Amino acid sequence: MITLKVNGQTLETDAAPDTPLLWVLRDHLGLTGTKFGCGKSLCGACTVHIDGSATRSCVTQVSAVVGKEIRTIEGLSKDRSHPVQKAWIELDVPQCGYCQSGQIMAASALLAQNPAPTDADIDTAMSGNICRCGTYPRIRAAIHRAAELMKSGGAS
Amino acid sequence: MSARPSDTATLDRREFLKVSALAGGGLVIGITLSGCGKPADLAKSAVGGQPVAWLKIGGDNSITILVDKSEMGQGVYTSLPMLLAEELDVPLAAIKVLAAPAGPPYINVFMGTQITGGSTSVREGWQKLRAAGAQARAMLLGAAADEWKVDAATLKVADGVVTGPNGQKRTYGELAEAAAKRPAPKDAKPKDAGQFTQLGKPLSRTDTPSKVDGTAEYGIDVKLPGMKYAALAQSPVLGGSVKSVDSSAAEKMPGVTKVLTTKSGVVVVADHYWQAHSARDALKISWDAGPNAHLSTASMRAGLKGASGAPQSARKDGDAASALKAAKKKVEAAYELPLLAHATMEPMNCTADVRADGCDLYVGTQVQQIAQATAAGVAGLKPEQVNVHTTLLGSGFGRRLEVDFIPAAVEASKASGAPVKLVWTREDDMTHDAYRPPAHDTGTAGFDGAGALSAVHIKLTSPSITARMFPPVVEKSIDPFAVEAAANFLYDVPNVSVDYLRHEVGINVGYWRSVSHALNCFVVESFMDEVAHAAGKDPFEFRRALLGKQPRARRVLEEAASRAGWGQAAPGHHLGIAVMEGYGTYLAQVADISVEHGKMKLHKITCVVDCGHKVNPKIVDQQISGGIVFGLSAALFGEITLDGGRVLQHNFDDYRVVRMNQMPALDVVLLDSTEAPGGIGEPSVALVAPALANAVFAATGKRIRALPLAAAGIV
Repeated sequence: MITLKVNGQTLETDAAPDTPLLWVLRDHLGLTGTKFGCGKSLCGACTVHIDGSATRSCVTQVSAVVGKEIRTIEGLSKDRSHPVQKAWIELDVPQCGYCQSGQIMAASALLAQNPAPTDADIDTAMSGNICRCGTYPRIRAAIHRAAELMKSGGAS
Repeated sequence: MSARPSDTATLDRREFLKVSALAGGGLVIGITLSGCGKPADLAKSAVGGQPVAWLKIGGDNSITILVDKSEMGQGVYTSLPMLLAEELDVPLAAIKVLAAPAGPPYINVFMGTQITGGSTSVREGWQKLRAAGAQARAMLLGAAADEWKVDAATLKVADGVVTGPNGQKRTYGELAEAAAKRPAPKDAKPKDAGQFTQLGKPLSRTDTPSKVDGTAEYGIDVKLPGMKYAALAQSPVLGGSVKSVDSSAAEKMPGVTKVLTTKSGVVVVADHYWQAHSARDALKISWDAGPNAHLSTASMRAGLKGASGAPQSARKDGDAASALKAAKKKVEAAYELPLLAHATMEPMNCTADVRADGCDLYVGTQVQQIAQATAAGVAGLKPEQVNVHTTLLGSGFGRRLEVDFIPAAVEASKASGAPVKLVWTREDDMTHDAYRPPAHDTGTAGFDGAGALSAVHIKLTSPSITARMFPPVVEKSIDPFAVEAAANFLYDVPNVSVDYLRHEVGINVGYWRSVSHALNCFVVESFMDEVAHAAGKDPFEFRRALLGKQPRARRVLEEAASRAGWGQAAPGHHLGIAVMEGYGTYLAQVADISVEHGKMKLHKITCVVDCGHKVNPKIVDQQISGGIVFGLSAALFGEITLDGGRVLQHNFDDYRVVRMNQMPALDVVLLDSTEAPGGIGEPSVALVAPALANAVFAATGKRIRALPLAAAGIV
């Protein structure tokens, strides 16, 4: 058995140690908000936080994250109250929505490190996350909006 | 897909709004269409265990719409309920949205089967859903008028509460049971546009909250008790099949419960997905390559270029052949379009639960009835024994009009005696798509002695998607989905002919967002740019002068040129323009680029749109903008190539798509218009490539006659 710290909870899984974290989250732990897109760290749909850093769970073996703090979209807030989620709702960012868990996790990790990112900072942090619906302009605007919300008091 | 052949089929193809009582006291409004199904007793007729219905008003005040279109990001779970909310005078938030099951009542009038495609959702619902809402409202008011013995015209409605002349109040829920017993009114008319309080407003999407907290359920997220997971090994050569398989090593791997050979390939079933995926790699399969063993991109291109035979005529004005013979000056050009993958974010997947007496299918599909029939055929059941549960779609783009990912899941479930979720990898998806058709097209234009453009002849050569998907459509006529944006050639030229030569290429081709609009708009708008250049005219002024009889096209062209600063480009910047009508929507785009050291930098795309009434302008803007990004990926990078019948692209590293850092500025302008709604999901895709290619010509003098732009070394 492998013991993991996910969204503040201690959870156990019987998955093989070399199983990608993505599939442990989705199939073993029932946390399907984290999405499978490419399996090769090329699209960002599977992005989660490992000790606060945006990490592609599709290429991260579960054995490598034992003892670390894993946060998924389900653990970002209890009630969509994270500033990034608020901004995403305010700007109606998602279309099909499939990539958005990964986009939100990448954006929230960026803002935790850099509370006032420039467009260039956003390009650097977000260009690993593909959106085929083409929501990029709203993602960019929503990150700026989330930065404003954080500045005016919404803690992340 | 375009619905041109039956765009007019709305209320004049008389709908039967059927009314019945809901168990527990409520009102059910169903719509069946003449020729599409029997208007049977709705409460009794059940599809997928649910009453066939569109709109249910419960005694508990609940209002539920069963949306017949699949939500794939285009906003149908918002814009279609808005049509009902408007007529019922209830807030959008009061309406609960459920996915409709498969069944004849949900047939798309424009398309003849239950289908989300062709940018038809709002166009088809525009009259149908408003009529249903108006009828329900009239019946509810009628019930209140009867109870209070007053004229229904004296009643007022707000937020689902009916108020009488003496202040009496009844909620819709309280009235629903009595309303259901009333005869359906014949004269319930939907509101005029001037009375709209919700339509035309940028209301927030109903699906946004679930898409920011991970709770939105896509096909890949379905979980059933006792469910197994499956991975599929398909022939690496398109069209090949399994010759023999040694699964002994795979079967010994942890969690593996079954390995079976199917027509789709070899399926590995396991307790968890990664186990199935890992065991798939341990299969030793000998493949029969089939007929495509020697198919390559070069052979496909040569085949299209050299295709012979009598083409079909898609458009004939005057006598282009004679006018071209008599022409004093001619312009000729040939264009090539590559195969393209859909590359939806959510890879193909399907969950099937086959039992002796029926099957439940959980799938992100754009074609519920075809999915149902496919599963039934594989399971040995009748179609009505298959319940189709449409999940959210991690985008569609036409890929989920295909049902090739369904049979293996059904077979695996049947063989396992358990529900099975089968998931394709990205590589499976990229290498086994029904690709956008390749094409080799030509344009010929002639000027008369006075220097006027006297004739245009466009000849299109490509395989037919429709011949495979809907064979009856092409039995007696040209494939309408091969000649879009060409057959409706907009320019006022006395002699015009558009011909289509169907030439099959050996592999399945599929409907890809905007279908042949994207191929043919590139050809027509690139060619008209060449013709303008040959005439020594400005490309915008040349087009404008030929659009005198097309006021909507001319308006968007002029607005786009004006917005983008045509003729006043910044130093070092160059502009390219394109205009099109598709799905009843008129659009023009201008690309603003600069070129340095032989590489293009795209600064901005301006897009001006006249799509008639906008049910939800926020969603229209999303679709137009998103379509531009989709078209941009294809124009810059999109190309699937083949060698030995195998697809050479596998994932997002070798099939590149636009990322955040490659985004130009977008300036999307939606014009005010009172025309009937046009389609908005697809058309903006098509103009990106010609606008860009024309800008490249303006910047470099080099014509791009084959896509993608990356192949010309300019990206």
